[in-house]
Amino acid sequence: MINGADTVFILFSTALVMLMTPGLAFFYGGMVRRKNVLSVLMQCFIALCLLSLHWMFFGYSLSFAPGNIFWGGFKWAGLAGVGLEPYTAYSATIPHQAFMIFQMMFAVITPALIIGAFAERMRFSAFLAFILLWATFVYDPICHWVWGEGGWLKNLGVLDFAGGIVVHTSAGIAALVTTIFMGKRKNLEHTPSPHNLPFVVLGTALLWFGWFGFNAGSALAANGLAVNAFVATNAAAAAAGLSWALLEWIRNGKPTVFGMVTGSIAGLATVTPASGFVSVMSAIIIGVSASVLCFIAVSITKPKFKYDDSLDAFGVHGVGGILGTLLTGLFASKAINSAGANGLFYGNYKQFFIQLFAVIVVVIYTFVVTFIIYKLVDVFFRMRVSEKDESMGLDLTQHHERAYTVLE
Amino acid sequence: MKLIIAIIQPYKLEEVKEELYKSEINLITVSEVLGHGRQMGVTEVYRGHKETGNLLRKVRLEIAVNENFVEPAIKAIVKGAKTGEAGDGKIFVLDLNECVRIRTEERGPVAIG
Repeated sequence: MINGADTVFILFSTALVMLMTPGLAFFYGGMVRRKNVLSVLMQCFIALCLLSLHWMFFGYSLSFAPGNIFWGGFKWAGLAGVGLEPYTAYSATIPHQAFMIFQMMFAVITPALIIGAFAERMRFSAFLAFILLWATFVYDPICHWVWGEGGWLKNLGVLDFAGGIVVHTSAGIAALVTTIFMGKRKNLEHTPSPHNLPFVVLGTALLWFGWFGFNAGSALAANGLAVNAFVATNAAAAAAGLSWALLEWIRNGKPTVFGMVTGSIAGLATVTPASGFVSVMSAIIIGVSASVLCFIAVSITKPKFKYDDSLDAFGVHGVGGILGTLLTGLFASKAINSAGANGLFYGNYKQFFIQLFAVIVVVIYTFVVTFIIYKLVDVFFRMRVSEKDESMGLDLTQHHERAYTVLE
Repeated sequence: MKLIIAIIQPYKLEEVKEELYKSEINLITVSEVLGHGRQMGVTEVYRGHKETGNLLRKVRLEIAVNENFVEPAIKAIVKGAKTGEAGDGKIFVLDLNECVRIRTEERGPVAIG
């Protein structure tokens, strides 16, 4: 039975999540040197184009069709059978296609998140091949395991409200793999070297705005649960942004704009799996923990290990996603979401270990398959641009354009 | 007194600065310029419209030095900026007539350092 309010809400949420990819483009684009800003905007936008088509042709089917426990198969390829009637296993009150396009935006932004790890040095042709293969062989299967009808992690009882595992853990680990094998950028004055911090702030604003659709929309209905997710999302982002600024103030003497917005994004990523299972006060604790742990990952651990995760895709999304998934196992409460489960703090220690198990499985799977895809694409397309192209910038060498003029 | 003007690749600025500091030359002015030499510019395309021979971004350094610092400065710039490829840039050395430190109104060689 289609409900008009629910359908409007999901279409609106879809549009909000769509806006996150351009938001991410500016968030990342501001962080690179200006000779590479167009390359980042281009990678994000073309992900929106390429992966939208991927989703309709076969991605949605691989992820959500009722196949076996590991993947959905090709039953719904080309959207066959994905019509305007509800598919009750996923959402009983909205047209099946509304669910499909809402999920499409998740499938678009997840591979786009990885861009942060290899920004400023990947060849464009290799990028296209990489994200298409990654979406097909990493995102789609994991999405099926956790959210798909009959997925084996779903059957196990793992809780992931809006994508702590499916989106942030998978993208974060893929970021770590690509950054390790691609190596450092050349001729860096300092890391990070953002050319336009206002863009980073603009991107954060768009991401925070879009995240309401991401998390609240995952309730798949305009109801109380959606409101809980909405409020929890804002609470965690606020707590994380503020606490990151305070951490910097104490440790480095001054709170920075870049730090504060990074903290907000860490809070948003971390609360994502929890937003529909935890109370608002728990979300605040989650936000603060996100800020502390991601701060350590980005400011202390990364420089020690000397890997060049250009824009901290792993340090913020990977660490945040894993942390949020585990914290869901602590703070989840059936009083908030009766379809969920109680976490360790509500007397069900098993849930924590289910969450931990799911994280370990997804981390290992993502690591191995991303590595294979990376090597494969490297053989056929060569991942990294030449040293000369890298020094001239990807805008001129990959796209024959430049973002800014010097004179007039 | 000499004025050294060097045109270098933008991404070589850090290395040149480092080399200059090693030679105890700390006073430099940096500006961004456009230009090309033998390297002959780059191709750009805007909405299908192709433009060839566009000017490339370069960095221009200006360094005023006393005679005994001229050779060290040139050596430092070459060491930091040289790749062996076309486009590495040029160094010009000019005579400098006068130099005034605004704060103290000192003039000549003493005002340079």
